[in-house]
Amino acid sequence: MKQAIRTLLAKHGNLPVAIESIDDNADLYDAGLSSFASVQVMLALEEEFDIEFPEHLLNRKSFSSVEAIAAALTEIREEQAA
Amino acid sequence: MTAASRVTAMGLTERARRAAGIAAEYADRVDVEGRFPSEGMDALKAERLMGILIRPEFGGEGATMTEIADICAILGQACASTAMTYAMHQIQVASLSDYALGSAWHESFQKRICEEQLLIASATSEAGIGGNLRNSLCAIEVEGETARLTKDATVISYGAEADAIMVTSRRNPDAAHSDQVATVFLKDQYTLERTSVWDTLGMRGTCSEGYIFKAEAPAVQILPRPFAEIAAQSMLAVSHLLWGALWYGIAADAVARAQSFVKAAARKSPGQMPPGALRLAEASSLLQLVKANVVAGLKQFAECKGDGDALNAMSFSVAMNNVKIGTSQTILTIINHCMLICGIAGYKNGTPFSLGRHLRDAHSAQLMISNDRILGNTSTMLLVNKQDTSLLG
Repeated sequence: MKQAIRTLLAKHGNLPVAIESIDDNADLYDAGLSSFASVQVMLALEEEFDIEFPEHLLNRKSFSSVEAIAAALTEIREEQAA
Repeated sequence: MTAASRVTAMGLTERARRAAGIAAEYADRVDVEGRFPSEGMDALKAERLMGILIRPEFGGEGATMTEIADICAILGQACASTAMTYAMHQIQVASLSDYALGSAWHESFQKRICEEQLLIASATSEAGIGGNLRNSLCAIEVEGETARLTKDATVISYGAEADAIMVTSRRNPDAAHSDQVATVFLKDQYTLERTSVWDTLGMRGTCSEGYIFKAEAPAVQILPRPFAEIAAQSMLAVSHLLWGALWYGIAADAVARAQSFVKAAARKSPGQMPPGALRLAEASSLLQLVKANVVAGLKQFAECKGDGDALNAMSFSVAMNNVKIGTSQTILTIINHCMLICGIAGYKNGTPFSLGRHLRDAHSAQLMISNDRILGNTSTMLLVNKQDTSLLG
């Protein structure tokens, strides 16, 4: 899943640095992720994983790192499976 | 009882009204001369209103954002330049009081703001970046315990009059443009070389000139929290709410003037409805919309305060953006209505019904963080964020 997240970040994140140089736990906003780009990545994730981000996950924290995005996706899948 | 404690024993509204009385007296002169509203600001200091937002343990009165907004609305009815200067100062104080917790330097600085009634300015805009708060070109350089910063600041409102300036920059020379920190610099730690003058249509007293800002200070003066967090959770919301409150004040005074015009006409021709009466009713309805918009925003802010997740939520940003867009657009319609009601008496300067200053000051509202930029930002969020359709939130 993290690899898929990284691929979408590279494609839609418009980051000034290579995605490979960013750790799973590194702050993506500090790395230059704009709020516009984070929404684009969010839309791409919704398309890729056929999900919809619920209101409580639409915040900066859900997108603060690769790890945080993965945690959000896991939570959404678990909610959908339940 | 000291003079200061005699003042603070009185209610905030009463103190604000007294300061507003003085600000109103000088409002036209400040506007014509395009100078800092020193009488109004001195009055706010005399009423000990500069540090009220700060926690009582650091010398403040622990006032709420709603109380600060009420003061801005009172001042907005008197002198928009005084109100805007006060609002911008409080935006900086809000960031300090909530995002420098545990930092000894910033805590003792807050005590100084209260004791000495200091005025804090802000330098976020930068040449090459424009008004985008969340981007910096300049970088702070920390060497040992000393921090140095040079910034080509295109706007520092009341920069020449401030006792300290909070300046954004990149965290270090290797950091990305959006990896920012905010640093407080005291007046004796910086130099300002003026690069542009402030000769504008309205808000002529804020003296928002451009400067080359050069400073050196102890590195402990850098705020401990990342600026991204301060901007997202405090600065943007507080700006929209306090500006909205003072813009409401400008429009409310215009409606009050139009109402006294209609009333005077009604007295002159008993039994006849004056021609502007219906338009006044329309203006009153629009003013109530603006008020409701600001009050609802303040309520939402109060409910979310201290809850990082709630303040970071997209729905919160959308709501605060909507406060800004709604108020800044509607006050122009309201004041234009008032101008139609008062006619030439409103168009002329120096009458009890003059509205030129109100209209010119109000035109700044759409430009202070451009409405187009804010609408663009909201439209991005609405791609994923569902509109809140509940009535009560």
